[in-house]
Amino acid sequence: MDLVLEPLALSFFVRALVASMLVGGLCAVVGTYVVLRGVAFIGDAIAHAGFPGVVVAYMTGIPFYLGAAVAAVGTALAIGYVTKRAGIRQDTVIGVLFAGTFALGVFLFSTIDGYVADLFSFLLGNVLAIGFEDLIGLLVLGLVVVAIVGLLWKELLYATFDPLGAAASGIRVERIEYLFLALVALTIVVSLQAVGIILVVAMLITPAATAQMLTARFTRLMGLAALVGITSAVIGLYLSYWVDVASGATIVLVQTGLFVVALVLGPRGLLGRRRGVKAITDAVDEAAAAA
Amino acid sequence: MKPGSPATTPSSTAHPGHKPRVHDHDHELAAPHAHAHADVWLSDVTAGYGDRAALEHVTLAVEPGSLLAVVGPNGAGKSTLLKLMAGLTRPWTGRIETLGSTPGREARRVAYVPQAELVDWAFPVTVEDVVMMGRFPRLGAIRRPGSDDRRAVATALDQVGMTGHVRTQVGRLSGGQRRRVFLARALAAEPDLFLLDEPVTGIDATTQELLMDILEAEAARGKTVVATTHDLACAAQRFQQVLAINRTVIAYGPSNLVLDADVLARAYGGHLLVLEGRTVVLDDAHHHDDAAPGERHFHDHGGQH
Repeated sequence: MDLVLEPLALSFFVRALVASMLVGGLCAVVGTYVVLRGVAFIGDAIAHAGFPGVVVAYMTGIPFYLGAAVAAVGTALAIGYVTKRAGIRQDTVIGVLFAGTFALGVFLFSTIDGYVADLFSFLLGNVLAIGFEDLIGLLVLGLVVVAIVGLLWKELLYATFDPLGAAASGIRVERIEYLFLALVALTIVVSLQAVGIILVVAMLITPAATAQMLTARFTRLMGLAALVGITSAVIGLYLSYWVDVASGATIVLVQTGLFVVALVLGPRGLLGRRRGVKAITDAVDEAAAAA
Repeated sequence: MKPGSPATTPSSTAHPGHKPRVHDHDHELAAPHAHAHADVWLSDVTAGYGDRAALEHVTLAVEPGSLLAVVGPNGAGKSTLLKLMAGLTRPWTGRIETLGSTPGREARRVAYVPQAELVDWAFPVTVEDVVMMGRFPRLGAIRRPGSDDRRAVATALDQVGMTGHVRTQVGRLSGGQRRRVFLARALAAEPDLFLLDEPVTGIDATTQELLMDILEAEAARGKTVVATTHDLACAAQRFQQVLAINRTVIAYGPSNLVLDADVLARAYGGHLLVLEGRTVVLDDAHHHDDAAPGERHFHDHGGQH
C-alpha cells in the first residue's frame, strides 16, 4: 500500500499522474475515431509536425504547447486541404509533410547555439517534469477537445461510418473532417509532454485497438478505450517510478501489453474468434444492452 | 403500375405519367418557374470526376410522388446522377434543382443511401445505431435523440421487419438485412425525396418484394423515390417510371414502355431513343445516325420530330 500512496506525497508525481491520466483518456477518445477511420498514420505525422513548433517555442520562450499547437494544427489542416484540392492520395501527402516538418524541427534545433536541454526530452517526453502552469494549460486544451467531441459525437460518428449518407443528409462532412484533424492535433499537443513526439501515436491508437478486441458497440468501444488509456497511464507511471525508468515508454509498453492480451484472449481476438466465444459475448452484449 | 396494365399517357419525355403539358422546347426548359412543381430537375447537366465526364447533357424532371428506376449498364452514370441530385457532386455545366433549390440546401428532406460496397460493415455500430443516424440531421449539433426519435427508429425497423435485430452489429447481417437497415435509416429520416443507390441489388426475392412494397407506399403518399438498379425485371414490374441512361438520357417514361425489349436493346447498345407523345418511338437509325453518327445527344423536343 505504501508503494502506491508514498509517491502521492510528492507534488511532481501527482502532477504527472493527473497529466498522464488526462492524456491517456483523451487520446483514447479521439483515437477511437482515428482507428475507425483507419488513419492511424495521421497521428504519427501530426506529432512529428509539432516538433518545429516546440523548437521555435523553446527558442522564443513562449509556452511549448502553443508552439506545438500552431505547428500541429496547421499541418493537420494542410493535410486535409492538400488531399482535397490537389488530388493526391492522403498517405502520400502525409508522407511528405511528416518528414518535411520533422526535418524542419531538427534543422531549427541544430541552429541553437551551445548546450540546450537534450533532444530526448522533446522526442520522448518527460511527464515527471511537468509544471503546474503546463498542467493547467493541458487541462484547458483537454476540456476543449472533450467538449467538442461531446457536442459533435453524432456528426463525427455518422461522417465516419457513412460519409456520403451523412453529407447528403446535410451534415457538413468536409468541416467535420477538418475539425477532426484539428482535434487529433490538439490531442497530440496535449500528450507531447507525457510521451513525446515519437510515442504519442501509441497513446492514440493502442487503447482503441485494444477495445476493438473486446466489443462491437461504438459507445462501449470508446468507454473501454478510455478505461484502457487511463489505467495503463496509472500503471505505467507507477512502474516507471518504482523501477526508475522512462515514464512515457513504460506507459506505452503497458498499453501494448494490454493490447496483446486482448488480441489473444479477447472475445473478438484471435482465440475468441476461433472458439466461437464471440457469439456468446455478443449475446451477452445484447442482453446487457437490452437490460 | 402493375405489370401488364395499359400505359398511362406520357406527356413528354421529361414528364412521364402526368397530365399533358405544353412545353416550349429546349432551352426554355432551363427556366426554373416552369419546373417549380418538380422534385428534381436537371437542365443540360454535364458532370464527372477528374477530367472524365460521367454524364453529358442530361435534362429531366422528376415529379413529386414518382417511383423512378434508373437503369443502364455499368459506368452509365447512374450513381453519379444520384450524387448530383443529393448535392454530393456538383455539375460541370448545366443546372440542377432538388426540392426547389440547389442540391444539398434541402438536405434534411432528402435521404440518400449509398451502394452497400461503399460502407464499412465492420464498423462497431448496431442496427439501431445506424437507423438512428437517420434522425441526426434533425437533431442538430447539440441535442441528443429523444423519445420521438426512438419511436421513429422503432417504426422504421418494424416497417422493414428488423425489430428482432435491434442490437446486432451490422457486419453480422446478411446482404438483404443490410439493405433493410439502410432503408429503415432513410425512412426514419422522414424525407420527401429518397435517393437510393442499388437498394435491391443482390438480395432475396422476399426482401425485394418487401422493400418495393414500402417504396411504393411512400410514393403513394406523395414522396418521391429515385432508385438505381441493375434488376430490369424489378424495374419493369415494380416501378412506375424508368429512366434509361448511358452517359446521357436514353429513354425516360412509364416502365412498361421504356423497358420494351427492343428499346432495351437500343438503350444498352447506347443508341438514341426518343419518347414521343403516347408511344415510344425508336428513333430510326437512318434518321439519327445520318445526322450525327455515334452522337448520343439527348433531344428533349417532346414531339418535334
